[in-house]
Amino acid sequence: MTEYRAYLDFLYSTLESHNKKNLELTESTHLVADIGLSSLEVMEFIEKIEDHFDISIPLNILPDVNTIGELAKKVQELNP
Amino acid sequence: MLFDKFKTMADFQAELAQREVTPFGAVTEQILSATEGVVEGHKVILAGTNNYLGLSYDPRCIAAAQAAAARWGTGTTGSRLANGSFAEHEALEREIAAFYGVDNAIVFSTGYSATMGMCSTLAGPGEVILLDADSHASIYAGVTLSGADIIRYKHNDPDDLAKRMRRLGDRANQALIIAEGIYSMLGDVAPLQEIAAVKREYGGYLLVDEAHSMGVLGATGRGAAQAAGVEADIDFTVGTFSKSLGSIGGYCVSPHAELEAIRFCIKAYIFTASSSPSVIASTREALRIIGAEPERRSRVWDNARRLYDGLKALGLPVGPTASPVVAVEMVDRSRTIDCWKALMEAGVYVNLVIPPASPSTNFLLRNSVSAAHSSEQIDTIISAYADLKEAGLFDPAEAA
Repeated sequence: MTEYRAYLDFLYSTLESHNKKNLELTESTHLVADIGLSSLEVMEFIEKIEDHFDISIPLNILPDVNTIGELAKKVQELNP
Repeated sequence: MLFDKFKTMADFQAELAQREVTPFGAVTEQILSATEGVVEGHKVILAGTNNYLGLSYDPRCIAAAQAAAARWGTGTTGSRLANGSFAEHEALEREIAAFYGVDNAIVFSTGYSATMGMCSTLAGPGEVILLDADSHASIYAGVTLSGADIIRYKHNDPDDLAKRMRRLGDRANQALIIAEGIYSMLGDVAPLQEIAAVKREYGGYLLVDEAHSMGVLGATGRGAAQAAGVEADIDFTVGTFSKSLGSIGGYCVSPHAELEAIRFCIKAYIFTASSSPSVIASTREALRIIGAEPERRSRVWDNARRLYDGLKALGLPVGPTASPVVAVEMVDRSRTIDCWKALMEAGVYVNLVIPPASPSTNFLLRNSVSAAHSSEQIDTIISAYADLKEAGLFDPAEAA
């Protein structure tokens, strides 16, 4: 299993192109409230994660995901 | 505050009122024919009604409804599982099953409840549903209620579907794949041959929503699966009576005998009153007519091509191919509203579609054609769009 840290690092690097406010990204950074991802950008971001790890992320887990750390944990769970 | 989340919508409605436009919930004050009416004080050609075969005002369907109301009364006052199954409902179920050449059918009170009901019931917790990203709201509502894992595949992209089926491993052969025949907003047709091939390779079950393609596509009007020659791969076909059949209601047909047990598990079927017998009777007559008068299908396609070619020749951004739904895509909300208002004043009613009802961040002037439209009416619609262009209401950036 890939380490949690590796998921976080991938999310940080992938989010950089969306990080227009130049925030310092941490586990507690909110994807929408802080970074300001639109719904379309969220779907594009999710697709990048899916293709990188060759997984599908079910839509119904997304309402429980707000921060980068929460997403990293979910992706780790989906990629045993 | 409970109501805070509605403020954006309230503000938008106030803006529309201030601009004196009523694109959402425009009141039809008079119906003059299947293709003409008086809407919000304007005598208009109806070019946004989904009345594909022009049967909503057919005298034979009206007579059938009148006779059924006289015989059965105005309503059933109950669920299909209680007192609401009349002989009319059972007859329609036999007839819609026969129309599709299968043995099993359920008739629902609306198309929305048919699609939502099937999508919420077929797969459950621990199972998987794969749906097209541009699926109708009734499909999204259903799968959300199902408790299954919901995975989207890219719109009309069988390769993306195949990739996601591969990722499922052993779970793929129990997955439910959902596609639509014709997509309602842009009028594009699903690549059902390729989607069916994915199902054959990985297993699973395939549900196709033929709401906008029933009566329009296929040698006998069964829809996109018939046109693609893949009906043998379809496990569940859902659809509506409120478009080509000109009434209201929905259906699911299936070759699987288990549909009869599924019927008793669908809350959207059980906990609602059944359709009025008059509605069922007009639907039965319309179903008979589409079998007897295939020329209606030819006419709707002639009109679709005429409108599509006309709008495309104006340089307007329409979809990749002609379809009974012809949508003009625009990027500017305010200008789209101005166009809708100008079309109404020119005597043409179309649908204004805004995100998230449109499949992207674009706004749509959505036209739907009918077999009952005359060539002259189609030309009038094209001419109204030409006037909009002449008036500078289309941004060059929006041109095709």
